[in-house]
Amino acid sequence: MNDEVDKLDYIRAFIVGGCICVIGQILIDLTKITPARIMVIFVVAGVVLGMLGIYPVLVNWAGAGATVPIIGFGNVLAKGVIEDVEKKGLMGAFSGGVRAGAVGISAAVFFGYIMAIVSKPKTKSKS
Amino acid sequence: MEEKRTKQEYKQWSQETAPRTKKARNLILAFLVGGVICSIGQIILNLLIVAGMTKDDASSVTTLCMIFLGAFLTGINVYDNIGKAGGAGAAIPVTGFANSIVSPAMEYKKEGYVMGVGAKMFLIAGPVLVYGIVTSIIAGIIYYLLT
Repeated sequence: MNDEVDKLDYIRAFIVGGCICVIGQILIDLTKITPARIMVIFVVAGVVLGMLGIYPVLVNWAGAGATVPIIGFGNVLAKGVIEDVEKKGLMGAFSGGVRAGAVGISAAVFFGYIMAIVSKPKTKSKS
Repeated sequence: MEEKRTKQEYKQWSQETAPRTKKARNLILAFLVGGVICSIGQIILNLLIVAGMTKDDASSVTTLCMIFLGAFLTGINVYDNIGKAGGAGAAIPVTGFANSIVSPAMEYKKEGYVMGVGAKMFLIAGPVLVYGIVTSIIAGIIYYLLT
């Protein structure tokens, strides 16, 4: 791998990742929907764009710029569903999403739980 | 009379532009914070691919690392500050998903380990998983019927 290619990778990831976040910020500022709803909307959008074959093109081009935003998690679910439906038929619709998203879901539950147990919430300026 | 008008004009002008500049600032910060987080993901991804992983595996492990990072930074009370500055730029990357799990779980720890930590960690992550998984199953059924 040469350095030139690497540098372009980072620029593309930065721009695409930044733009996806800007879309979210615009939605928050204009419609005043909560960040939680934005995350739900983005995951659903990721599934739909993944099924339509649009998002994988963006992933190919932007790498982590497309996979790190939560919309990329939706795309992973869609990718798993497509793979499993092609392998196992209708049952694949139920197995594919969670199978493909397993690492993300498990990591979130595991690290989330451990960190919540280990760390102390910020004490609000009580001495 | 004239002075009064300019005062009014100024008031109107400042009312119009103040939220606008604040919004512009929010957008720039969201872009920068989101961009930086994704670039960190790209660094991890590239390192893993150079280390000999397939693209799919490297992508999974990158997600794992980013979730760990988000959870860790929330645990040491850093990510909430990133969130205050970055807005959607901090919420939409998968690190923000991890933050949405750890943050309420920490806060509700006093309500116990089952209904406090165990239940509240899914306050935001729960809906995200529910809608993501349900949509993917419906989409899978449609895909099955169409092929």
